[in-house]
Amino acid sequence: MNAKISPAATNRIEFRDVSFHINDILKRLIVSQVSLEIPHGETLVLLGRSGSGKTTLLKLMNGMLLPTKGEILVQDRSTTSWDPIRLRRGIGYVIQDAGLFPHFTVAENVGLVPSLESWDAARIAARVDEMLHLVGLDPREFAHRHPRELSGGQRQRVGVARALAADPPILLMDEPFGALDPVTRAELQREFSALVHRLGKTIVFVTHDLREALLLASRIVLLEAGHVVARAAPQEFLHLDHPEVRAFTSSLSVTPGSSA
Amino acid sequence: MNPQTTWAFFMDHRDEILGATLDHLTLVIIAMIIAIFIGVPLGMFIVQRPALRAIALGAASIFQTIPSLALFGFLIPIPFIGGIGKRTAIVALVLYALLPILRNTYVGLTGIDPAVLEAAEAMGMTRAQILFRVRFPLALAVILAGIRTATIITIGVATIAAAIGAGGLGTFIFRGVALVSDSLILAGAIPSAVLALLADFLLGLLERRLKVS
Repeated sequence: MNAKISPAATNRIEFRDVSFHINDILKRLIVSQVSLEIPHGETLVLLGRSGSGKTTLLKLMNGMLLPTKGEILVQDRSTTSWDPIRLRRGIGYVIQDAGLFPHFTVAENVGLVPSLESWDAARIAARVDEMLHLVGLDPREFAHRHPRELSGGQRQRVGVARALAADPPILLMDEPFGALDPVTRAELQREFSALVHRLGKTIVFVTHDLREALLLASRIVLLEAGHVVARAAPQEFLHLDHPEVRAFTSSLSVTPGSSA
Repeated sequence: MNPQTTWAFFMDHRDEILGATLDHLTLVIIAMIIAIFIGVPLGMFIVQRPALRAIALGAASIFQTIPSLALFGFLIPIPFIGGIGKRTAIVALVLYALLPILRNTYVGLTGIDPAVLEAAEAMGMTRAQILFRVRFPLALAVILAGIRTATIITIGVATIAAAIGAGGLGTFIFRGVALVSDSLILAGAIPSAVLALLADFLLGLLERRLKVS
């Protein structure tokens, strides 16, 4: 139970016939019979409409949810046999509203996991500086601010810095840029896509934005009502013959004034 | 009622009024310290125990609905905590102060942005770390608002404690009612009101400083 997620091990994630239903009277099925292999270093984008089960798949990977059927292997170990705290400390997590701690400064937010892992103060401070530089924020200007003193885009940058601070080999991102204005979003997407290549981490990225999926993914997995309905590299994805794929590709094209 | 005679009365009896005010304050402070030490931990506890939540909040609400004079009366015959005097009064005041503290602690701890709690859990914080490093600091202003409400209630209710021989500013009020003396009633009521306003102001100041937007 004391094993840590180590950067050296293969950071593979594997879903073996995973189903998940909400444990209430209705037993609604959120995820149904998903089998999926995410090799080390891949940037997998889970694409789907709201309610298709994307976020549930993400939470199954860090043990915030446990499968009703099947199993999820992280580094060849089932999430049910991981100590959940150890598992999560080795998996970075970024969510839509960043979820920054409002009572902490930017530096305290970014340094949280290292401090939970009992790094010494000097090492944490150095790491915080490094991470803020990495996401394009000047530590001298931002380290001592509180989240309320940041713009939405800056908050999301801090969210990414916080997730990367303890150098987790796996990064989960749940529509991290979804709440930003389109210009800021495009800016962060570009920077993040450049960052991804330098990081060499296993990344699972949830979005409902096909454009974002095409930009970031090394592979796209399309979900519909809890089922995996398509999986392909971005170049091939647009040519797949599936109604849900077409629904997404048609959302890309806009003819100005056509609905007027 | 003549303001001049009342003023003269206050001046003549200023030592007694001051003494009673200090007695009153002592009752309130002891009761509040006990109520905080019960209410805040209990509030933290029921966040994790849904089954106990209804019972604890329900019981605290019931105490609050009992008229204060009746509550003092009920407590007198109870062994160990009852009888005549300060001890019984403090028990009653604690029971009154409990609900606002308990409720605000619970509401403060549960009313936190779900995204913040989700992030905390996903980052591998333990339950205890989430409680003490995230929930509690973020709930502090709301908890303090409950303590402020409880303090003001307690300052008022403590005047009634004089009915069971606990002393304090209520002594003047009861005596004044019996003797039909406005000056005596005011000698209890005015310092009590000043205490309440002062407590409200000072705790309000602290609350604003702790608020995290």
